Amino acid sequence: MKFRVERDALANAVAWTARSLPARPPVPVLAGLVLSVEADTLEVSGFDYEVSTQAELPVHAASSGRTLVSGRLLADITKSLPPHPVDVAVDGPRLSINCGNARFSLPTLPVEDYPALPTMPSTAGTVAASVFAEAVGQVAIAAGRDDTLPMLTGVRIEIEADTITLVATDRFRLALREFTWKPSTPGASAAILVPARTLADAAKTLTGGSEVTVSLSSSGVGEGLLGLSGQGKQTTTRLLDAEFLKYRSILPPEFSSHAELDVAAFTEAAKRVALVAERWAPLRCEFSDGAVTLRAGGDEESQAEERCEVVFEGETTTIGFNPAFLLDGLAAVHSETARLEMTTPLKPAVLSAVGGDGDAATYRYLIMPVRLPS
Amino acid sequence: MTGSAAASCSDTSILHVDMDAFFASVEVRRRPELAGLPVIVGGAGNRGVVTSATYEARRYGVRSAMPMSRARRLCPKAVIVPGNMDAYVEVSRAIMALFAMVTPLVEPLSLDEAFLDVRGAGRRLGDPVMIGHWLRARVADEQGITCSVGVAASKFVAKLASTHAKPDGLLRVPPGEVMDFLHPLPVGALWGVGAKTEEQLTRLGLRTVGDIANTPRATLIRALGVAAGAHLYELSWGRDPRHVVPDEADRSTGAEETFESDVDDPVIIHRELLRLSERTAGNLRAGGHVARTVSIKVRFADFKTITRSKTLRQATDVGHEIYQLACELFDSLGLDRARIRLVGVRAEGLRPAADTPEQMLLGAPERGWREAEIASDAAAVRFGRGAVRPAALVRRQHPGPPKGTEQPRQT
Repeated sequence: MKFRVERDALANAVAWTARSLPARPPVPVLAGLVLSVEADTLEVSGFDYEVSTQAELPVHAASSGRTLVSGRLLADITKSLPPHPVDVAVDGPRLSINCGNARFSLPTLPVEDYPALPTMPSTAGTVAASVFAEAVGQVAIAAGRDDTLPMLTGVRIEIEADTITLVATDRFRLALREFTWKPSTPGASAAILVPARTLADAAKTLTGGSEVTVSLSSSGVGEGLLGLSGQGKQTTTRLLDAEFLKYRSILPPEFSSHAELDVAAFTEAAKRVALVAERWAPLRCEFSDGAVTLRAGGDEESQAEERCEVVFEGETTTIGFNPAFLLDGLAAVHSETARLEMTTPLKPAVLSAVGGDGDAATYRYLIMPVRLPS
Repeated sequence: MTGSAAASCSDTSILHVDMDAFFASVEVRRRPELAGLPVIVGGAGNRGVVTSATYEARRYGVRSAMPMSRARRLCPKAVIVPGNMDAYVEVSRAIMALFAMVTPLVEPLSLDEAFLDVRGAGRRLGDPVMIGHWLRARVADEQGITCSVGVAASKFVAKLASTHAKPDGLLRVPPGEVMDFLHPLPVGALWGVGAKTEEQLTRLGLRTVGDIANTPRATLIRALGVAAGAHLYELSWGRDPRHVVPDEADRSTGAEETFESDVDDPVIIHRELLRLSERTAGNLRAGGHVARTVSIKVRFADFKTITRSKTLRQATDVGHEIYQLACELFDSLGLDRARIRLVGVRAEGLRPAADTPEQMLLGAPERGWREAEIASDAAAVRFGRGAVRPAALVRRQHPGPPKGTEQPRQT
């Protein structure tokens, strides 16, 4: 195997695939990245049994072949190479990398021991890359991080004809976003649960092209697999095998009051007041005509208070929120003005964008209040 | 530590008040016909443990924490009475309330003993010794039981003094006499010296506190480790800088159970954890508390004892939540049917429920476990404890409550 490749393209492909390298590989070969050349195309791939990544890029190949080297080291090296074309060649049991005046020689790993990557499932449809990245980012923040509750660490993807709904919840908040896509078969319908961290990471990094192709292994039994691809990059992830919360019945059908907030001003105020809130301590929001007063802290602790102008309709309400959860929602609503709808101080409140249109307006960030001490 | 010059004993402001044979005394008061007889309180089963014994029984060598079978052999004519925790708790509350009248600086050690710092009480009630006499008289008057009081400048000496004064006495050890008082005592009298340490010390030829005091600190540290060695050396010179801490923030509550015979069946252990969790949660609710940390204690057949704890994201007073955590802790021990003698459940880091905010959970029923348990608390008030309980606790193989000893404690 011998080829010449453009420096940035190589660094980019290696960095992207290296993301799926396991931190503590269960077998040594999984710490490696596979480089495979055939007919002027280099394929870089990594796999940790959960997530597979693969990037393709054009090269000038002198000879084809396949090899395996330490992924972490390869990523570190390619990232630091000088701006010159890179010559890569397998020389016996070693891989040589020459770039400008820099020379590297890496021992190779037994490529024949490397597990086969899962085959990409069949294509389900395509979605605009920017829409997909935004939607996943908005929803994944509400996913839980506690691995003992797998259901809560995932993003549920519901496909219903040309609409995709993403939902995630850690039971303290729930985020939901709908967007349209182009299914390959009309009237497609599916519901899957994908690890939130992996999905968010993939969506964020697949924005190079205009579209992302979504692939899905349709079989209801056995290994469920989601594939995402675009711009010469493709990744697969195993699905979570867990029931999702029956969230639709939980969403409040109507509200008795609502406030319209200037997102930037309200965020600033909430951040300031939250400075005195101890871990898990609530932000007290007193909504009245024309204003909300934010308070935090206790009798024996530091206290803070700030008044913020809002448009408010409904009975005067005092409701408590975990400040971090509220701020997450405000940051994800992607709108200058947001609407916060409430019923009672112990019932879920829902944050949404005001003045948005189309898909973006479908975003809902539901937040469970904190019962305030009497 | 010199207080106002007016009070004569103001250099000894710490009192250790300890009820004499507390559970047994309460039993004798409840059943006057038992007065003067050797009475033992504890589980009557063959795995029962003596929780308390009157001095008449102690004369035969019966001691607290002794297996009941042994106590029976030592004193065959003893009257064995099962414990009545509700009665003890009631008396304990009254005593603690009495202490609180004297000073806000009360640090309860268990149901029946507490440290009091009476530094600020001198003007109203007289010097520490007068306060001690006053407390003893009031306890005898109001509760019909006796107690002993130790008066000293440090907690540790005060506790030794009350032990020395027992039963029904008061002893003050002024700072100048601490050495004379302390040094003839056996090493076992020191705080933190159990059977094992005592054995280690004996091997070094150290039998009295005075022996320890005259051993170089470095030698003790080499023999016992840094913490224990330094600690014992300080104590042997009567140095104990700890204050009386009335802090309620770190209080804990819980319950434990010694099985009738060793158990290796996880189903039975889980069921016991459920019962103890329910009891712990009931204690929390009764005191208006919630807790964030749950710990379990497991004592194996060979008396090896371990504790494990886990902190919740949110404070709770719900038995079901405590039970889930207790099971998680127990299951993660990965025991392969190890033989277990005792299990315990504790809730730690208690705080008042009223000023603890509660994060609502999506999809949680509005009336959940907590409401069910509060309803069962109410039923217990009307119909007795256990009137309403989880189904798993209703179907017992043996009718009636377990015969082991249960030791709910507030520390």
